[in-house]
Amino acid sequence: MEALYLLIPLSVVLVFAALWVFFRASDDGQFDDLVGPALRILQDDDLPPPHHK
Amino acid sequence: MSDTTPLNSNAPALCYHCGQSVPDDAPWKVRIASVEHTMCCPGCAAVAQTIVDLGQESYYRDRTAYAVSAEGAQQLPPELQLYDNADPRFALDEDSRESTFTVEGIRCAACVWLIEKRLARLPGVDSAQLNVATEKLYVRWHTDNCKPGDILGALHGIGYAAYPYDASRHADQQRRAARTLGRQLFVAGLSMMQVMMYVAPAYLAEDGTLDASMASLMRWASLLLTLPAICYSALPFWRGAFASLRARSLGMDVPVALGIAAAFGASVLATFSGQGEVWYDSVTMFIFLLLCSRYLELRARRKAGAALERLQHALPASASLLENYPANQAITIVHAAALAVDNLILIKPGEAVAADSVIVEGRTSLDLSLLSGESAPVPKQKGDAIPGGAINAGSMVIARVTRRAADSTLSDLIKLINRAGGEKPRIAQWADRVAAWFVAGLLVFALAAFCAWFWLDGSAVRAWPIAIAVLVVSCPCALSLATPTALAAATDQLLRQGVLVTGPQTLETLHRATHIVLDKTGTLTWGRPVLQKTQQLAAMRADFCLQVAAAMETGSAHPLARAIVNAAVEAGSQNWSAAGLQEVAGCGLEGMVHNRRYRLGSMQFVSGISGLPPSRAVPDGVTPVYLGAEGQWLACFHLHDGLRPDAQDTVDYFRRHGKTVVLVSGDDDALARRVGDQLGIETTVGGYLPADKLSFVQQLQRRGCVVAMIGDGINDAAVMGAADVSFAMGSGAALAQAHADAVLLNGRLGAVADSARTAERTMRVIRQNLGWATVYNVTAIPAAAIGLLNPWLSGVGMAISSAVVVLNALRLRKLR
Repeated sequence: MEALYLLIPLSVVLVFAALWVFFRASDDGQFDDLVGPALRILQDDDLPPPHHK
Repeated sequence: MSDTTPLNSNAPALCYHCGQSVPDDAPWKVRIASVEHTMCCPGCAAVAQTIVDLGQESYYRDRTAYAVSAEGAQQLPPELQLYDNADPRFALDEDSRESTFTVEGIRCAACVWLIEKRLARLPGVDSAQLNVATEKLYVRWHTDNCKPGDILGALHGIGYAAYPYDASRHADQQRRAARTLGRQLFVAGLSMMQVMMYVAPAYLAEDGTLDASMASLMRWASLLLTLPAICYSALPFWRGAFASLRARSLGMDVPVALGIAAAFGASVLATFSGQGEVWYDSVTMFIFLLLCSRYLELRARRKAGAALERLQHALPASASLLENYPANQAITIVHAAALAVDNLILIKPGEAVAADSVIVEGRTSLDLSLLSGESAPVPKQKGDAIPGGAINAGSMVIARVTRRAADSTLSDLIKLINRAGGEKPRIAQWADRVAAWFVAGLLVFALAAFCAWFWLDGSAVRAWPIAIAVLVVSCPCALSLATPTALAAATDQLLRQGVLVTGPQTLETLHRATHIVLDKTGTLTWGRPVLQKTQQLAAMRADFCLQVAAAMETGSAHPLARAIVNAAVEAGSQNWSAAGLQEVAGCGLEGMVHNRRYRLGSMQFVSGISGLPPSRAVPDGVTPVYLGAEGQWLACFHLHDGLRPDAQDTVDYFRRHGKTVVLVSGDDDALARRVGDQLGIETTVGGYLPADKLSFVQQLQRRGCVVAMIGDGINDAAVMGAADVSFAMGSGAALAQAHADAVLLNGRLGAVADSARTAERTMRVIRQNLGWATVYNVTAIPAAAIGLLNPWLSGVGMAISSAVVVLNALRLRKLR
């Protein structure tokens, strides 16, 4: 039972942390476009260009 | 696309997607229609794979050229060069610029990939991001080696039309409001779920088994987690309540704010003192559910406004000016605002018409869907007027500007719309007033319930939650929220059917109207001659005669000539041409068709080559046009001002719905009466001057009738202003002067009946909402007052009730 005295304050802190993360993501426009990023994953920017240039 | 590489199917060393050469050791292969194809790079492979995955393999079968490679985009369409770095819209700082472009034709993943990849390769571009949902592209670039024209050109080169998006402050605000509301909703939801976890032990534990210190810990945790909901998510309610109190009225946010404050305040007190009940779960849930219905309503309104917004962005920014046509065919690209009357402009396929104009060369079909709601393209040819904002869906035409872009039909429409936005409909004003009284009564009632329970119990233990429940359970939403939503949804629905509602009272008054007053010329009839029938005078077939006549009249702008040409087009024009045409003013035309000499015009003129005229009587009200060849009379075309095809249906509709239909005409009595009898209209009066019409309408109104007037908008302006509600047939110049409450954009009389139907449905929905609100409040508020409902149940009831009325209002958008 005594563990709850630690766990419940911890959960409160966690929720506030989640809110902070959500606000940051929202400020960065994370939720403005819910379709595009899934499509953008197709871009292979990390591979070096295979030929020319 | 002219700048694509021609398709070369039997060259295995070329990339199957873009046609560039494939490196020898290329590992990228995609199976298309069960054949393995080699690709030049992972990019092409990804696009090809996407196309296959989307089931669009037919693209490869049907295409006539390779997909455009980036190199193909070097030629810039000249109109895109108009945008340069000096444009203040793009300014970001010293040497970089940013802008949002609207990109048309985003269809799939490959589009996103293609556009972003292409722009990233453009020198000077820092970042490019495409929002698929809104079709907006955000680009940031350096001024020294990149211009907006380059970006638009690059997009054009890969097949996308793009133009700078005029991010007006209003649209920006709207976006921010939606984002904020979404965040508030999220915070309220998270806080609600967590608080629910902390209160669960208190609900589940049997009496005495929950440790007092543990219970206190749970309460403190709940208090902390309710704070974000109270301080952030409930802001709209605090603001709304504060604003309405400052305006000395009682809005629907007042009881909501009071309820939240009372429940939260009492819970905080109980938490600090360690005794009494807490309602943190009810508070967070109430905020969350109420925000849900607000969010729903916001999105509905946003959608309803979308059609109007589209209209406002329809006029193009530039036009192709032909300065020395026909001597010199060179095109100059100018700003649309710089066009003057009588300028000649070139309208390419897919372009929007920059200003109202008349076609002087070529024939095409126009997409007028934005202006009139008509979805099928309308054929237009030489001599036809075309409105600014229409999209050229056919071939290239040359047109002469008749009005400046700022005075165009579309600009007038937008002015009308702006005028419409200012006023609140009477029924919504009434609803607001009733809601204010309702809220006042509710506050008194909540106070009375509190006092009564306090007096009965001698303490606030039960009185307090009951007062909260009464405040929370009441739902004035049906009045303040759902009525405007219903009206907005109906207005949007009507616009899509080609009826622009500009007056605030239109729908409500049309529904109440007892008398429908119709003008004759231009309203029930076309207002211009149409071919009624072709009377044969010789063995030559009637449709042959019509084609001959049409060939002779093609170049003429005379109303009678247009009627004959239109009839010939409807019958399937042969496009015969006439040679050696001579026009004899006031008499007719003479010319050669298929090497035979014909005359077309008045009886006397035709008898000059055809001999003695036939002794056939022509019915009253019909204008005859004769066709004759040498020594032979061929045909007589009967032209008259014909009834619109939907006139009968419209009149029948209103008669069926118990309204008195009155025909008021400026034409002589007999003519008006004949039209009236033909349509079955009881009351027909003719020979009325505008002043007579006005006094006629005013006389009806003095007898207590509600008059709806339908006219063509020009000569009836005074009567239309006097009538309780008025509809104008929308066409060109009439719009600007229209004193009407609604404009029939597609000139379809039947749209009035559609409007009446929509008005009836809207009123029914509003009545249903009011009825629901009455039943709900009359049962729920007393139930809360006698203690049957606890605060959380009240919150659920209220949220469901507001969702019901908003969803009911939204049904209006769906129905046809």
